[in-house]
Amino acid sequence: MSQPSGPLPLVDQFAYGLDAPICLTWELTYACNLSCVHCLSSSGRRDPRELSAAECRAVIDELERMQVFYVNIGGGEPTVRPDFWGLVDYATAHHVGVKFSTNGVKITPGAARRLAASDYVDVQISLDGATAEVNDVVRGSGSYGTALRAMENLADAGFRGFKISVVVTRHNVCQLDDFAAIADRFGAQLRLTRLRPSGRGADVWDQLHPTAAQQRQLYDWLVARGEQVLTGDSFFHLAAYGQALPGLNLCGAGRVVCLIDPVGDVYACPFAIHDSFLAGNVRDPGGFTRVWRESELFARLRRPQAGGACQSCSAYDSCRGGCMAAKFFTGLPLDGPDPECVKSHGERALAAAARAPAPRPSGDHSHRSRPVPVSIGIRPPDRACDESPLAGYGSRQGGTLRTAQRSRSS
Amino acid sequence: MSTEAAPARDGAAGARAGTGFDLDGRWQLHPQVSVRPERFGALLYHFGTRRLSFLKSPALLTVVASLGDAPSAREACRSAGVTEAELPAYAAALQTLAGSQMIRPAVSS
Repeated sequence: MSQPSGPLPLVDQFAYGLDAPICLTWELTYACNLSCVHCLSSSGRRDPRELSAAECRAVIDELERMQVFYVNIGGGEPTVRPDFWGLVDYATAHHVGVKFSTNGVKITPGAARRLAASDYVDVQISLDGATAEVNDVVRGSGSYGTALRAMENLADAGFRGFKISVVVTRHNVCQLDDFAAIADRFGAQLRLTRLRPSGRGADVWDQLHPTAAQQRQLYDWLVARGEQVLTGDSFFHLAAYGQALPGLNLCGAGRVVCLIDPVGDVYACPFAIHDSFLAGNVRDPGGFTRVWRESELFARLRRPQAGGACQSCSAYDSCRGGCMAAKFFTGLPLDGPDPECVKSHGERALAAAARAPAPRPSGDHSHRSRPVPVSIGIRPPDRACDESPLAGYGSRQGGTLRTAQRSRSS
Repeated sequence: MSTEAAPARDGAAGARAGTGFDLDGRWQLHPQVSVRPERFGALLYHFGTRRLSFLKSPALLTVVASLGDAPSAREACRSAGVTEAELPAYAAALQTLAGSQMIRPAVSS
């Protein structure tokens, strides 16, 4: 490192927290036209307490004052909010860059042209299989076609370098080269992220998370691709194999990132929607700024963390114990190994601990019946509802995974 | 976590102590770069490349912030109190920033 160095290594500076997040995830709505089996936020139905457009603009004003560079907007499906495009424009006009995740449902040729014209908006299309067969089992029937159509529209509009965002599962890890080929075809960039046992993901994690051998294969593939493939820093637990992947390689929860959910609740990270990681609400006095700077939870996360059972491991300096949310939702202690620890400590912990029932996500906005492909209205509903006159009718969509998950949760 | 934009890796490009960086040229911050001062120096974000970078000392921030008004990068360093002995390290840091398009040769207006 040839830059003049400060008193503390950067990674420690970040671990002890910043006065403002570098970026944050903002789920704009729990409404979604899909019912992906691994949805981190258990989305489906809109919440009646959803932040209004005016409240969203007030949050953006705060983010501008705090100099938050950009927000990762998600949901739910954020584009079904009728005020979505207006909020994107408001954010970029106020120097808050926007990257939003979508299943592509609203990325029409017109929307794509509009997006291609902005320097400050980036788009992430979610795709969890390089073929419809693999994708639609997880994301729902027809979702592959929707995503590919959105990509085509973006490419046709001249939007270069949009992201194709893939959650790596046991069933798509063999398709990494195929995903890369799809990205090349559309002039897009591939982004791979980790399957977390969060939200509905808790129900399918056992079946879907990559095997140990697949993790190794993924790591080697990522190392070979270097910075061509983005990971959102989500595989830092794989750094224990040796070389770190590009990125900060630390858990930034409550330190340099956080989550604002559709009702304004602020959580330590997007994978930790649970009361244990709830820091406050943007509607509280002092707003988001005060939650970020003064919440007791974030203060605790910013104190030096004990390595616990991992302290004596030779890899601890690389992986730092892995992902807090992954441990929490698999019922493992937060100061122990990650469930996907590459040294197999996690597997042993999961097996040995006769797994006490793991904590359940705090909120569940899952559709009670079939997903609703609709636009939602300007006024939030009075109660969580499916917002479709046809709710409850028609055949259920999806494959065996959803059926399995449904029967367990109902 | 997800800081999403992969941070520019600041070791490799400037590893050979500033070789190749034109200290006598005029430089400027890229117009699409936003700078946020921090205790340790500053965070830089480039809205065009969507990359994050770091300035690891307040002195380097002073240099970078004054590039646009200085007749040369060397002069910006001197005004910020950078000594001759420290200059190669600063040149290396600037080289890295140029490599990730955070700074660029000044466009005369």
